[in-house]
Amino acid sequence: MTGQPLLSVKDLRVEFPSRRGVLTAIDGISFDLREGEVLGVVGESGAGKSLTGTAVIGLLEPPGRIAGGEIRLKGERIDNLPPAAMRKLRGKRIGMVFQDPLTSLNPLFTIGDQIIETIMTHLPVSERQARDRAVALLEEVGIPAAGQRLSAYPHQFSGGMRQRVVIALALCAEPELVIADEPTTALDVSVQSQIIRLLQRVCRDHGTAVMLITHDMGVIAETADRVAVMYSGRIAEIGPVRDVIKSPSHPYTIGLMGAIPSLTGDHDRLTQIPGSMPRLDSIPTGCAFNPRCALTMDRCRVERPDLIPAGESQAACWKLLESEEASR
Amino acid sequence: MLAFTIRRLLQAVLVMLVVALISFTLFRFVGDPVNQMVGVETTPEQREALRERLGLNDPVLVQFGRFITKAARFDFGTSYQFRQPVAELIGRRLPATLELSFVSAVLALLVGIPMGVYTGLHRDSWLSKLFLSISLIGISLPTFFIGILLIFVFAVTLQWLPSFGRGGVVQLGWWSTGLLTWSGIKALILPAITLGLFQMTLIMRLVRSEMLEVIRTDYIKFARARGLRERSINFRHALKNTLVPVITITGLQLGSIIAFAIITETVFQWPGMGLLFLQAVQNVDIPIMAAYLMLIAFLFVTINLIVDLLYFRVDPRLRVERAAH
Repeated sequence: MTGQPLLSVKDLRVEFPSRRGVLTAIDGISFDLREGEVLGVVGESGAGKSLTGTAVIGLLEPPGRIAGGEIRLKGERIDNLPPAAMRKLRGKRIGMVFQDPLTSLNPLFTIGDQIIETIMTHLPVSERQARDRAVALLEEVGIPAAGQRLSAYPHQFSGGMRQRVVIALALCAEPELVIADEPTTALDVSVQSQIIRLLQRVCRDHGTAVMLITHDMGVIAETADRVAVMYSGRIAEIGPVRDVIKSPSHPYTIGLMGAIPSLTGDHDRLTQIPGSMPRLDSIPTGCAFNPRCALTMDRCRVERPDLIPAGESQAACWKLLESEEASR
Repeated sequence: MLAFTIRRLLQAVLVMLVVALISFTLFRFVGDPVNQMVGVETTPEQREALRERLGLNDPVLVQFGRFITKAARFDFGTSYQFRQPVAELIGRRLPATLELSFVSAVLALLVGIPMGVYTGLHRDSWLSKLFLSISLIGISLPTFFIGILLIFVFAVTLQWLPSFGRGGVVQLGWWSTGLLTWSGIKALILPAITLGLFQMTLIMRLVRSEMLEVIRTDYIKFARARGLRERSINFRHALKNTLVPVITITGLQLGSIIAFAIITETVFQWPGMGLLFLQAVQNVDIPIMAAYLMLIAFLFVTINLIVDLLYFRVDPRLRVERAAH
């Protein structure tokens, strides 16, 4: 890898102070994102994927707070920026697409209003130019008769069309990074792949990097360059999509892959991981996955594993260290 | 939209008819007006002649029909006590009450909405807590007490503002306004605060709770994620979404401000309709009471109609779907 990464997250911790003590929702995660790269972030609900996205764009809801680590955008620290500077950066350098297009758009304003306001907030253009740009953007995301649809309200669009508008909104100031938080979860299955392909195409055309948060491995396989698998607020495994999917190293990833039905598969039963992800207030010491892992060793219960290289990817599992030592 | 307006207008007419019937029949049972109008030494024959002259001996339906047709021409008969046309009496008092009501409603909105937005956005600041405590007073203290308290502080102790009356008025056609003279404005301040305080706190609390709800919605989060300016997010995107319930309540409240100005008018000896109505109740002056009820019903119906039309203005989802899809 040459040059500095576009986004660099190091040892990020996100905490929620609560009456019964501090809950650590994200516990020391680190990853890099190169320019124009698509990084998939997968995990179960509550694994901290969305929270990671929200922390990067600086929209954590209080009392949630970044308690440690750093986030850098092109080398510049952005996790401790004053609110006004962070506001200028949102939308301009980091865009975000939310899960539900039905609720992401303000129902009382035309989509033209919303796009033009966003463009004019970030770019030094006249209203006329902003309008032209809005039409071009809507055309680019595949809204027919874009010029006329500017004066339409969100409720006059279908779900898929609204998500296209949302993508246009996220991209309207040419950000370097788009965080897409489950952009297809709320959509009809038939529309999902269209939207994913659209997101992929526009971001490639604009050279925008994408942090694609989803629990859909299929989407990741189709779209992402690299993938980070999250478990209990930690990264279990991260690496090139092909490696992670074809030869997963972490027992959790292996379990996840075994749970995906395949069209050609000859299994009658999908494998399942026993138990469920621990609640935030009862994450076990050592490896968070140890109570559910078939390969648990004594060390797993005591000491938390760091990311250990495994082929081209890295996984947080003591077993890897063992096999590495054995092969030495 | 037009069909909707027409339908609403028809409903309004129906409501007015029902109110007319109720006010008319109710007052048949309030008491015998003749007793109030005549002296002790009036003979039964004279009483009977008076009844006949007032049309009190006709069948109820005939009386009601007469009431309606006259009311449609703003003729509510002659006041029993003042021996003057009711329309004239009310017309003379109406400007005072309407001015007082509108000033207090505007005051309630202009102060209540920003306070609501502020307390909704800065939930934990000490100023919000102060506003909320004040609003508790506004909600729980009775109007007359607030009025007397204000008189005690600003009229008696500090002697800044007058404690009663309307001050100097200027005649604009049949409308007499106190808004054009300094003494009129000064006289308006205390009653307007007294009358508007409850509505103000109500609007503030309403805007606050709506605000708390709206700023948690996805579209506000998305607006933040797009880096829009705070002011635009709070006062454009969020506030507009809180407006539908605020319009509803404000509309209804404006009606009750006018209707219940009675107490404030009594405390401040404000020469409005409320005082007139109270005198009418004491003297069983049925024409005035009936006309007053009709007027209040008319105001409520009109305000409701305006509120319904405002919904369309604010919320595009209620407008008829256009061909585009």
